[in-house]
Amino acid sequence: MTIRNDLNEKAREIRRVSLEAIHAARSGHPGGSLSIADMLAVLYFDTMNVDPSAPDGLDRDRFVLSKGHACPALYAALALRGYFPVEEAKTLRRIDSIMEGHPDYRIPGVDAPSGSLGMGLSQALGMALGAKHLGKSFRTHVIVGDGDLQEGNTWEAIMCAGFKGMDNLVVIYDGNKLQGDAPVETQLSLGDVAAKVSNFGWHTIAIDGHDTSAIKAALDEGKTVKGKPTFIVADTVKGKGVSFMEGVLYWHGSVTMKDQELADALKELESA
Amino acid sequence: MSELGYFEKGKEVSVREAFGRILVHEAGARNDWVLLDADVAGGTGAKPLVGAHPDRVMQFGIAEQNMMAAAAGVADTGLIPVVSTFAAFGCMRAHEQFRTAIAYAGRNVKLCCSHNGLDVGPDGATAQMLEDFATMRAIPDVTVISPADANEFMHAFRAILDHKGPVYMRIGRSPTPVVYGADHDFKIGKAHRLREGTDVTVVATGVMVARALEAAKTLEGEGVSVRVVNLATIKPIDVDEMVAAATETGGVVTAEDHNIMAGMGSAVAECLAEHAPARMKFVGVKDRFGKSGEHNELPAMFEIDAAAIVKACRALVK
Repeated sequence: MTIRNDLNEKAREIRRVSLEAIHAARSGHPGGSLSIADMLAVLYFDTMNVDPSAPDGLDRDRFVLSKGHACPALYAALALRGYFPVEEAKTLRRIDSIMEGHPDYRIPGVDAPSGSLGMGLSQALGMALGAKHLGKSFRTHVIVGDGDLQEGNTWEAIMCAGFKGMDNLVVIYDGNKLQGDAPVETQLSLGDVAAKVSNFGWHTIAIDGHDTSAIKAALDEGKTVKGKPTFIVADTVKGKGVSFMEGVLYWHGSVTMKDQELADALKELESA
Repeated sequence: MSELGYFEKGKEVSVREAFGRILVHEAGARNDWVLLDADVAGGTGAKPLVGAHPDRVMQFGIAEQNMMAAAAGVADTGLIPVVSTFAAFGCMRAHEQFRTAIAYAGRNVKLCCSHNGLDVGPDGATAQMLEDFATMRAIPDVTVISPADANEFMHAFRAILDHKGPVYMRIGRSPTPVVYGADHDFKIGKAHRLREGTDVTVVATGVMVARALEAAKTLEGEGVSVRVVNLATIKPIDVDEMVAAATETGGVVTAEDHNIMAGMGSAVAECLAEHAPARMKFVGVKDRFGKSGEHNELPAMFEIDAAAIVKACRALVK
């Protein structure tokens, strides 16, 4: 039983809007959107210093969604935070909308384009390097997925950020264990991610990725770490919050969600 | 701030020497840009900056994909990243990072790559990027520039720092005749007519510009009047100047140190096919890989020397 606090309510709303958007679009990735809802709730409603009325402000904290296919959840979080109307988030993937199927930099609040896995952490590293160069105190956050950690580009960034001691950079790894075609363990196991990242000079923290208090505590801890970037290994469930989607590969996407499926999902979210 | 020293006309200077010189100069002139390097500053010519202004260099080691995507993030902070590596790595290995993280987002990144064309010389085929015009001009919203000499490079470098948006620019490696002086009025998107002529036009870029001028001189002796146009900005292409070449002279020869497929000649052909169909000949590397050899030996072997331009012109004026 999830405790009904404000951040959990925000996560519930992010899940609801994500599913409504994917249903309306008749395509999209629900599983990986649901697995990051709690992290986004904490980032956008607690941790990050952002101003929806000035989405490009140079001193803002930044967020990069490296696993871009989970953008329905990002758009939901941005809409709920006030960057644009919630109804606009539900125009996902439409020809007359800017809510691209994968994050587009033109969308207010989207800090980086993504959709090709493996490029998000490097972009965030660049933001962090820019901050250090300019003497600015903003922090940069990234959510990476299992697939991101199969891309070599991500490991180049991990090596570089660890070496450079980027203590203004935080990764949350959404370890939801399922990828496009099969479980991560059978496609290409990542092994002990925390041990590997730690070896590259990162401060690592392992948490339950659906416990908003734990996410908040880990992000707060990251702020106190000096001389090292922080890597939060979040143990998550793909499709979290909707029982018939949880741990079911089919709901990775891209899927067409039937009206009844949406109704069942929303009912379950509401009663949780 | 010291005066920027231009190179003497007629001398042979490698463009990468100009890269180092302009970097040091502009580091003193403005603080809104940083250089991103992947352990090849010695090769690209950026080394003097590393010595003079180490605080202006972000070092990534040999990891170009990370460097390229990181450049997108650096640009997000308001700084102008000047990304520099060899063209094979910048324009091909990290091509998708450039496309998706930089160009798609319209980020203000300047990619300056050395080691393109047969101009690379002894390092051979793997380092001789003969496809960079093709890969870079195929990406929307990217400006593609190939300066003719060391001085034009320095003018162009200043122009791209002032230009908002993603740019790819070539840096030559080997000594190349200096064609332009300090007074050169370089403008992005503007082709420059170096020599008037009426029988045929040679549209040349990069190291081929000096060879085109040499070819024009040879042909003058045969009574053939050759116009020479330096197409330093390959994209966006100067449509008016291309149309003028097609309509005012008897044909157009393109000359580039690049594969003839999808390169500068193709860009000119695309333009003319639509606006002013012309008789054309393409001087470039004929869809094959390069090889080791001196930069001044390879052009004859691959038929991208002045003699090859002369031959192509003769074929058109016949």
